[in-house]
Amino acid sequence: MENSLKLFSQKGFYNTTIPDIAKSMKMSVGNMYNYFSSKEELAKYAIKYSTNILASQLREINHMEISSKEKIFLFAKMYFENVKNSPEVIEYFLRVYLSNREVFKQGCEGFLCVGEFVTEVMLLLDEGAQNKEFRDQEFFPAFSMIMGSLGGFAFLSGEAVLDKDIMEYSDAIADNIYRALKYDE
Amino acid sequence: MTNNKKPTVVWFQAITCNGNTHSLLSANSSRLELFLNSFDLIYHPSLTIDKSLNEILESKDEIDFLLVEGAISKNSDFFTISDETTNVLLNKLTSKAKYLVAVGSCASYGGVHAKFEQNDNVVGLEESLDKKSTKNLKHEIINLTGCPVHPEWIIQTLFTLNNFGKMAIDEEGRPKELYSTLAHHGCTRNEYFEWKIEGAWGEKEGCLFYDQGCRGPMTHSSCNKILWNDVNSKTRAGMPCIGCTETDFPRDNMLETKKNIGIPFEVPTGISKRAYLSITGVAKTFTIDRLNKKLMD
Ligand code: SF4
Ligand code: SF4
Repeated sequence: MENSLKLFSQKGFYNTTIPDIAKSMKMSVGNMYNYFSSKEELAKYAIKYSTNILASQLREINHMEISSKEKIFLFAKMYFENVKNSPEVIEYFLRVYLSNREVFKQGCEGFLCVGEFVTEVMLLLDEGAQNKEFRDQEFFPAFSMIMGSLGGFAFLSGEAVLDKDIMEYSDAIADNIYRALKYDE
Repeated sequence: MTNNKKPTVVWFQAITCNGNTHSLLSANSSRLELFLNSFDLIYHPSLTIDKSLNEILESKDEIDFLLVEGAISKNSDFFTISDETTNVLLNKLTSKAKYLVAVGSCASYGGVHAKFEQNDNVVGLEESLDKKSTKNLKHEIINLTGCPVHPEWIIQTLFTLNNFGKMAIDEEGRPKELYSTLAHHGCTRNEYFEWKIEGAWGEKEGCLFYDQGCRGPMTHSSCNKILWNDVNSKTRAGMPCIGCTETDFPRDNMLETKKNIGIPFEVPTGISKRAYLSITGVAKTFTIDRLNKKLMD
């Protein structure tokens, strides 16, 4: 699956063919079709697969008994580690899922394929607001504050424009996110 | 009726707004008639009857069913009946009774009166009774919570106790057959709940859970199964359930759904927040024309 994420993110959805993917997965084309009836189906499975990796990592953080501020810092670190070590997971989201919405229109509407991950972000925000670490606001602005910064930064990293290693920015980005969400007296 | 002697019922009113009496009097008329034909309502302060409360207290006769409406206090500065506190009167009456039924939330646990800050001694029956007053009771106290309680629940409880001598009750003392399901069960808006379609006050369409504070999914009651006046319920009419059968009633801001960052603070009874949020996120994704349109134009 990682290989197909890579192919899709490198070549783009339309330029990637089923034979390419089959080859990268060391499978015959016929066998591929046993699992996925089309390239679209594979792409949908891939978005679930990649966001569920993030979801299970964030779920672990959510279960920790630490402050919500610390959770934001850990989450940023975790996210950038993925950008660094398994770039295909994040790149697939940014370069394939967000740019080829028409492919995901049916069967991946709204939160359908990314639901597990969005739920974990909801729980992170909900807990922070309940302990009055975060101020009350609407969900989507808060959500995009987190994911916008992280995703945007992953994009910069992908474009190779950063001076330093991405991990070195992690705390600064987390601090920005935290300040934007923080409860004000 | 084959009974020669009808079981006696005494309705005692303590600190109350009279709402449960109103509720009883609005029962389905044939059911009320059946009740009056089957039981001997020997005392009710709002109805014309032969006996006074003093006569009841002085008489040696047992009371089969003592129904109590209203909260109880020991504090004579705030409330007395003929110079006696409701606590003293309740204990005297209870010592004569076989069955004791708290009618409404105030009698069950103090209800709205327990919020009165000037007197911190306003409680429900359970807390007010001395050990020795309850010696003759044949059953634990039955709490018919509700503000007010549904008239049918009173009548059903009396018939069940009279015919079978006992009733299964939950940990709050409420009859299971009336309170084991949620107000949400039988609500005509369930499909809107499933697909997360918000409704507004008084409208036929939509669910009142998301913004209007509906407590149907957390409230043990049978309002949507045993309809009020045989025809309706709050949620069917477009008013959110305010959870009047639960012991945290009345809560603050009852017509609002408490949220943090747009996420409901409480989720329906029996589901984890994680599971609830993932289902809602997905359900909101779909736009179902039939449910998003008005039922009638
Ligand atoms: S209005 Fe209340 S009781 Fe009815 S479906 Fe919605 S949440 Fe349930
Ligand atoms: S619907 Fe809710 S508020 Fe209304 S009477 Fe029933 S339990 Fe009470």
